[in-house]
Amino acid sequence: MDCVEQKDTEANAPSVVDRYYTRWYRADLKGKTCEDHCILQHSNRICVITLAHTHPILQDGRIIKSINYQISNGCSRLNNKVSGKSKRGGQFLTDFAPLCRITCTDETEYTIYSCIRGRLLEVNENILETPNLLLEKPSTEGYIAVILPKFEESKSITENLLSREEFESIVAKRTVDQSQPT
Amino acid sequence: MSLHLLQSGVMLPLKEKDKPIVQKLLSAGCCARCVLRFCCVSVQADTLNELQAFIKSTDENNKSHDAAVSEPPEDPPSKRAKLEAGPSEEDAAAAVKLKDEESRVCVVCLGILQDLCGPAQALKVSETVKAEKYEFDTLVLSVSLPAQLCVREHSCWLHVKKELREKSIAVDRDDLIQVKEAFKWIMQGLVAKELGGVAVSLFEVSVEFTYPETDSVFTRMAVVKALEKIADAKFLKHYPSPPAQPTSSCIPQDVQCLHMSVFVAGRYNKFCRSLPQTPWVIDGERRMESSVEELIAAPVLSSFRSDGFNFSSSGREDVDVRTLGNGRPFAMELLNPHRSRLSRAEMKQLQETINKSSDKIRVRDLQIVTREAMSRMKEGEEEKTKSYTALIWTLKPIQREDITFIDDIKDLTLDQKTPLRVLHRRALAVRQRVIHSMNTRFLDSHHFYLGLKTQAGTYIKEFVHGDFGRTKPNLCELLRTDTDILELDVESVDVDWPPSIPE
Repeated sequence: MDCVEQKDTEANAPSVVDRYYTRWYRADLKGKTCEDHCILQHSNRICVITLAHTHPILQDGRIIKSINYQISNGCSRLNNKVSGKSKRGGQFLTDFAPLCRITCTDETEYTIYSCIRGRLLEVNENILETPNLLLEKPSTEGYIAVILPKFEESKSITENLLSREEFESIVAKRTVDQSQPT
Repeated sequence: MSLHLLQSGVMLPLKEKDKPIVQKLLSAGCCARCVLRFCCVSVQADTLNELQAFIKSTDENNKSHDAAVSEPPEDPPSKRAKLEAGPSEEDAAAAVKLKDEESRVCVVCLGILQDLCGPAQALKVSETVKAEKYEFDTLVLSVSLPAQLCVREHSCWLHVKKELREKSIAVDRDDLIQVKEAFKWIMQGLVAKELGGVAVSLFEVSVEFTYPETDSVFTRMAVVKALEKIADAKFLKHYPSPPAQPTSSCIPQDVQCLHMSVFVAGRYNKFCRSLPQTPWVIDGERRMESSVEELIAAPVLSSFRSDGFNFSSSGREDVDVRTLGNGRPFAMELLNPHRSRLSRAEMKQLQETINKSSDKIRVRDLQIVTREAMSRMKEGEEEKTKSYTALIWTLKPIQREDITFIDDIKDLTLDQKTPLRVLHRRALAVRQRVIHSMNTRFLDSHHFYLGLKTQAGTYIKEFVHGDFGRTKPNLCELLRTDTDILELDVESVDVDWPPSIPE
């Protein structure tokens, strides 16, 4: 191989996510404070739904009791089946379609939402077996779902989403608000 | 009893029982060649004189007025006069009559077997071929005729069906010689003679005729099928039999030349980490300069003087991956090459030209192959093993001893879900792939080289970083740390085709 240039030996070498995905955010889903989601958009328009680092599930040392993809009597995200190149048969999701419900050992319950319009390709079954993945690696192995937006909408879906900078400033504002004397 | 003539000594296989058919067709306005077609006689250019005589004798026997038949212009009046019995005054009168009838367009072939088929036309065709400077051993002539001809043929068939059946019970539509066949018999030889080629092969010269008066939306096939189905009575209700006299003949279109594809194969190396295999264009905009296939194709298209190409290879590598070692097998179909044969020395020269043209790629074992080469590419892509070297980065610091266990792993089976980076264009599925063996070379506390020998279709990058845990097992799990791939090289594509050409 050709000679290796000095790579950053620190842990902040650009990751796979940094290199191929753009981070978008939705904050305070359905009006619930801090229930923030992070949407990883690949350059090929496929989106991975994950918890933002600010999400309550990831705070205060919570432990996950259960994850349920059965969102209603008639609908389980686990039953989602796509076939062929055009991914026929995938459940179509709107912005606030629930993906799953997560219950923690302290009895708190959270619903994770789609955040974008598109066809559901898959949900992460690894976190059913190993819920800890969600806590340890929320941005990679602990992802929630993979969604394929409609081709015509692949650019427009980001119109309702926050960029990283916008999200960070919202988060910063929260901290300031919290530290205000009452 | 067949009729043969003293003038030329050529036997025309026309019999007495053909006479009613000949009579009826001539009266209807058919040209000599079409008459012979309906009598199932192979038409050669030279038989026209003989047919004249036969017709004349027929007419004398029957004392019919409409004896004359349209003649090819190159037949001098004096010869015709010889064939006629009677005084010269009659000759003159007959000659005038003939001249009128000469310009009559045949009601069946619309002139295609008359003026449009002979040395003059052959010369025009061969001039076009020469102008395009094709190289060929043999040629095949193809012709495209207006669908209208099918209808007229059908009409004439009905006109003489009774007489044909009386001649021989076994005569059928299919026994008649087709206009297309007759045209090709006459023209193929003439064109080939002009060009010096011989018979049938890889080079096709296409002649097309149109008949603007009945230019229609129906395809030839549709017309033929309709004529097969329609009952005779119904046809005759809508169309005259014999067909009406046309006012114009067919119009010849430009001659098209097409040489069958030539196939070239070889192996390529890719030394650049920013070169796609095929042109990278999104929304009409080119995203990355050039491509492997364009760099290889340009000199090849030039040498073979070809219009275009189809490129195929035994698998592909990503833009940022190099292909080292003996390289990856590829095959190219060259479309409509004006030149089809290159010697070994010329192929070597072509290979040199490609290699000199760019330092991003290199080609070896360049050779002319057959069409089956294209399907061998798939075989190599799906069945053969590949070897790689990857530069790995680890989050947690490592020591030499930490990675030696990898060398002992044999035939590791992976379950790989379709990687997210290709999921937009491939079906979602889980693929089992085997990594046959690996070896490691320690670099520093966060880097090492990983060599892999894998089954065809294994996604190396996803094995290294795990693709959100969708490839299992993966290197992160094996080393219990986040890992990423910084560089990837293909070391070998284990296909022993195409045959190697010693340098």
